[in-house]
Amino acid sequence: MLELNGIRKSFGKIEVLHGVDLEVRAGEVHALLGENGAGKSTLMKILCGILQPSAGTIRIDGTERHFADYDQAIAAGIGIVFQEFSLIPHLDAVENMFLAREMRGPLGLLNRKAMRARAGQIMRQLAVDVPLDVPINRLSVAEQQFVEIAKALSLEARILVLDEPTATLTPSEVEHLFKVMRELRRQGVAIVFISHHLEEIFEICDRITVLRDGDFVGSCAVSEVDNDRLVEMMVGRRIENNFPPKPAPDPAAPLAIEVEEVQLKRGGPVSRFALRKGEILGFAGLVGSGRTETVLAMLGAGPATRCKVKVDGVETRFAGPDEGLAHGIGLLPESRKEQGLITSFSILQNVSLNNYGKYRKGHWFIDLKKELDCTRTAMGQVRVKAQGPHARVDTLSGGNQQKVVIARWLNHDMQVLIFDEPTRGIDVGAKAEIYALMRAFTEKGGAIIMISSELPEVIGMSDRVCVFRSGGIVATVEGDAINSETIMTHATTGRVEHVA
Amino acid sequence: MSHEENTGAAGKSGGFTLGRLLHSPLALPLIGLIVVSVLMGLASDNFFSLNNILNVLRQVSIVGILAVGMTFVILTGGIDLSVGAVMALVGTIIAGLIVNSGIPAPLAMLAGLVLGTVIGLANGALVAWGRMPAIIVTLATMGMARGLALIYSGGYPISGLPSWISWFGVGRIGVVPVPVIIMLVIYAIAWVLLQRTPFGRHVYALGGNETAAKLSGVKTQRVKLVVFGISGLTSAFAAVILTGRLMSGQPNAGVGFELDAIAAVVLGGTAIAGGRGLILGTLIGAVLLGILNNGLNLMGINPYLQDVIKGAIILLAIYIGREWR
Repeated sequence: MLELNGIRKSFGKIEVLHGVDLEVRAGEVHALLGENGAGKSTLMKILCGILQPSAGTIRIDGTERHFADYDQAIAAGIGIVFQEFSLIPHLDAVENMFLAREMRGPLGLLNRKAMRARAGQIMRQLAVDVPLDVPINRLSVAEQQFVEIAKALSLEARILVLDEPTATLTPSEVEHLFKVMRELRRQGVAIVFISHHLEEIFEICDRITVLRDGDFVGSCAVSEVDNDRLVEMMVGRRIENNFPPKPAPDPAAPLAIEVEEVQLKRGGPVSRFALRKGEILGFAGLVGSGRTETVLAMLGAGPATRCKVKVDGVETRFAGPDEGLAHGIGLLPESRKEQGLITSFSILQNVSLNNYGKYRKGHWFIDLKKELDCTRTAMGQVRVKAQGPHARVDTLSGGNQQKVVIARWLNHDMQVLIFDEPTRGIDVGAKAEIYALMRAFTEKGGAIIMISSELPEVIGMSDRVCVFRSGGIVATVEGDAINSETIMTHATTGRVEHVA
Repeated sequence: MSHEENTGAAGKSGGFTLGRLLHSPLALPLIGLIVVSVLMGLASDNFFSLNNILNVLRQVSIVGILAVGMTFVILTGGIDLSVGAVMALVGTIIAGLIVNSGIPAPLAMLAGLVLGTVIGLANGALVAWGRMPAIIVTLATMGMARGLALIYSGGYPISGLPSWISWFGVGRIGVVPVPVIIMLVIYAIAWVLLQRTPFGRHVYALGGNETAAKLSGVKTQRVKLVVFGISGLTSAFAAVILTGRLMSGQPNAGVGFELDAIAAVVLGGTAIAGGRGLILGTLIGAVLLGILNNGLNLMGINPYLQDVIKGAIILLAIYIGREWR
């Protein structure tokens, strides 16, 4: 149905795709795999007309097609759901689906009834029940995703690209999405599925195509490969063990932070936890279970009805992340582009952003030479791959961007780092490096809170795990109890005590 | 330009080449300046005389100084509509303190600078801690400052200032007009603040991504407070020059100057959404506006038509600027 042949793409002198093939059949879910920077996004942008290939052909149903822009690709039956949604938050599902091609009545006024009926019909076709009349921003991420998919279908899409749709979904939402995908497959839609979760590939996909560094590695049926083989195809080498070894637990280690009570909203559960020096404390739980909100509340960056924190045994009240910084506590937020980095800044400017205390000249001024030296050191420490300290961070891959955020905090003498989804959207090789950096930090006596939605990561990295549910901690587990069954059980059925 | 230059958009390292110059955010404002200068030079014999050039710079100085504060505010992603009105209020109060209250002129000027700064800080506090949009806060301040200036002066200019005050408006050191020197000193200080201090980096960071800046521990509210304070202070400096030039406190002066200041900033290549831009660009933008005013006057074009032409040129400049990137 869809055939991409020998696609090449160059930006200036640099070729990023070196002749990639992709063949997707009607009624199949086709996984497009590769590390970050392998060229998946570029290939998809070419498919939907946002970028033009330097060479190669696109065929749909055997006819060669050229897309000058996105609209032409849509007209040819291609629908794409990007990682960042393109929905208007204050409009409802119907308004979003028919945005810019509203159905009109006789007077040229909106014909809401017809649009609503059509929207309802598509939702039934997807076998989902999404509220059509409430603003999009009140829907869950999964529901918003269904609206995006419905929008693509309302445009008669026969080829649907889903770019990391599961990255922000809870397991049950993922299940629901897969159900929808299976239904679409049955109806003959060709689906290109991009995901970093390999287990999902085996669950839902029929065939795979793997890219590596812009090269076409291969295409085959899912049944022909196993997990190890997939990883090997993606990274070109076998990664035996991603996680550095855990140190022996030390219950006598002094406490870095002691949160005696934190309550996110009135009537919600009250949590308490302690963070020991030299440990990685995992925060597990479903998306929306209050993990991020709890650390933000702790730092005074988010709302809380109760919050009592001791740092090194001294009661402390933070009014914001700047005061956390002053106490040696740093936050590495989950969304690097929106919350972690100044994307228009260079690596150097991003690394030194909050640490000018380290290189001042005459109190008021920046010591530019020292700044450059320190940045080089910090970059070397975390092994950022970039042209140099002056490269803009938005030219870097996700893994390297995360390393820049880490470099920023290692440039300080920090006691506690809070990693929120430290490896989301990061390729396998860079993940291992980030894990090693985290362990190196705790081995020097630092303490880490790691919020993660990836169970293998929680299990592989954490010395202890706090499991969250409905806004509070429902269990803290350590040792052999850190396994997926225990954690998932607490996360989905743990008892939540509501306190007025 | 050294490659450490903090444009908000990181530069690539490398030597000084034509290609690098063309990619600098200053390229377009500079080209605009050259084109407009050449056109004006062709249209009028007087244009390139030293006298006329110094005259243009003198005329530019007030808006040029307002535009410095405006650059700081816009770089953080804000806007300050109150600069013209604050300038009028400060000028009126300086004149009133000297003429009506008999306060020594230097002291009155100092009081004016403090007043301007305090009004700016109040704007900043309302934006930062009051969480109100800058455009609304400064719109309100604009109205209040203008009203207070009119109340204080009874609606009439306050004249009768000691004659030496005119030195700030029309005096010269050598051949160079005093207001031009004041303006250039303010630009130099602004450059150092933006390029060589942590505060300057935080200004760019705030405009680039406020959430990221805040979460990484930058005191974003304090940065906002200070940029509006700077804008208030530069408005007050403009008021001192204005008072010297008019030899009176004029409650109705500076109407619409906030728009000229914004135009200078934008013509200078600073992104209106913040995060990118150079103070040197603002200087070029202000001079560009001044040359247009001067040149259109020299050509004897109807003043009403001049506004239309200036507006069209600003639109054109922004359009070209966008296509350029």
